[in-house]
Amino acid sequence: MPTPTKGPRLGGGPAHERLILANLATSLFEHKRITTTEAKAKRLRPLAERLITFAKRGDLPARRRVLTVVKSKDVVHVLFTEIAPAVAERQGGYTRITKIGPRKGDNAPMAVIELVLEPLSPKQATVREAEKATKKAAPKKAAKKADEAVVETPADEAPVADEVVADAVEADKA
Amino acid sequence: MAVPKRKMSRSNTRARRSQWKATATALTTCTQCKGNTRPHIACPTCGNYNGRQYAEAVRTEHAG
Repeated sequence: MPTPTKGPRLGGGPAHERLILANLATSLFEHKRITTTEAKAKRLRPLAERLITFAKRGDLPARRRVLTVVKSKDVVHVLFTEIAPAVAERQGGYTRITKIGPRKGDNAPMAVIELVLEPLSPKQATVREAEKATKKAAPKKAAKKADEAVVETPADEAPVADEVVADAVEADKA
Repeated sequence: MAVPKRKMSRSNTRARRSQWKATATALTTCTQCKGNTRPHIACPTCGNYNGRQYAEAVRTEHAG
């Protein structure tokens, strides 16, 4: 949940800020990458990420919640059917802000805000897998100890069976 | 409303303004094109930032 913003609103009033952010979010989901001022990009990030979290939930109530912000049904459809599956594995951090220097004219610091649609890096994926494994292992520890005694007996038999197969292969070659 | 009682001398004005100083912009070297870039901002020469390309960052008026 984003923290309420302190200080003045974007555009002069709360309603104007809501409109600006809703339009920015719509453009972001439509084009996947937009150029705007740093201040707007920073305000947009928590809103956009919350909308994507709703999209990942994917049910009708979530869709209605998103529609209260993003008015375009086309864009919401794209969000739920294309963007949500692309970030299904990602645990937050769905957007990336990169600063691109000041704008000519008013020297406002500009930034590119884009959706992070590329798959998780191998490192992130392994960390996630390890976390899942430890989570799984924790409650099953007691059960596993009991299983180990049973597991050992078939393990002894396995190499013997392999040797037999290997012998058979050698015999075939000869 | 408070108003100045006396004209401020040229000397005092200049003494005050002598403290107005500009600071040099922090610069780093772009890893791709070796040009000067500001830290945490995409390169204005080639648009590179952390291995990703940002065409929006490229400035035509920017030389070297």
